[in-house]
Amino acid sequence: MSNKQLPQEFYTMMEELQTLDFVLVELTLYLDTHPDDYNAITQFNEFSHARRILKNQFEEKFGPLQQFGNSYSDYPWNWNDPPWPWQI
Amino acid sequence: MWIYEKKLQYPVRVSECNPRLAKYLIEQYGGADGELAAALRYLNQRYTIPDKVIGLLTDIGTEEFAHLEMIATMIYKLTKDATPEMLKAAGIEDHYVNHDNALFYQNASGVPFTASYIQAKGDPITDLYEDIAAEEKARATYQWIIDMSDDPDLNDGLRFLREREIVHSQRFREAVEMLKEERDRKKIF
Amino acid sequence: MKNFTLRKTYHPYISPFDPCPPVREKTYYTPAQLYLGYQPQNLEQFSPKEALKAGTLWKVFYDPYYGPNEKRRGPYE
Repeated sequence: MSNKQLPQEFYTMMEELQTLDFVLVELTLYLDTHPDDYNAITQFNEFSHARRILKNQFEEKFGPLQQFGNSYSDYPWNWNDPPWPWQI
Repeated sequence: MWIYEKKLQYPVRVSECNPRLAKYLIEQYGGADGELAAALRYLNQRYTIPDKVIGLLTDIGTEEFAHLEMIATMIYKLTKDATPEMLKAAGIEDHYVNHDNALFYQNASGVPFTASYIQAKGDPITDLYEDIAAEEKARATYQWIIDMSDDPDLNDGLRFLREREIVHSQRFREAVEMLKEERDRKKIF
Repeated sequence: MKNFTLRKTYHPYISPFDPCPPVREKTYYTPAQLYLGYQPQNLEQFSPKEALKAGTLWKVFYDPYYGPNEKRRGPYE
């Protein structure tokens, strides 16, 4: 396990997820102080939908992103498989 | 409750093994204006602030934990596999004899983290002004760390974090306006 | 669209008895949140990829900080 090398696709997909999620973080903080901005809520829901799809694609290839049941598990339990975010 | 996600908020890179830069970064890990203090400050204030700004404190407090993980990642990568000789040359042998390569919640001068970094006055305007000041202080700290660093990849991540302080400061300023309840949206927009 | 500047300078008093070589012009930082007020709706955004790199979704907040050891760089300068 310790010599497992991540394919380039891992980094590419991870950055795509970070990109979508960053827009969602920004829109979340914005909507916390602008709850009536219809356009921003529309954009938020579009990105929320896109990140759900990408999360599923990422997890099929590279394992669960979240646990406590927010992601499915393979057999055997693969949540603890390295690498962790600070290791990649 | 909180759900952890196995992913950094931003793709952190560092260019080289450089324990000296890790010593500076510890300021944003366990220092007075660091990411831990920020996360704990906002999440603690939530319980005594008007309902309409609880969401903002929750979300910014949660994002601060993502920033704490980014700082930890930078420190981890800057010191991973560094030898005792390298740590000595970087002037952090005093950290090494106590903690080896382990991270510790302390500032760049080795002062351990304390709850007294976190103000909680219970007066909503006072607490939000504290938060605005905290964001500006963290922004300035990032500036001074970037000044000391010659690592372009590290600085890329630090610039991201400094920019986040700007946006957080903006949102806390808007939260003050929400509590003032004098805002005529028609006039402003 | 920005009607403010992100940097200001001042010129401190220089004494003939200051031993360090004088810095005649000092800079300080005045980022967008000092001027913007309540953020208006529909401000211009970065693309998602640019936003992640910039650290903000809205261009009005973009204010990259470079140290003395760095060349200013980046696609949004």
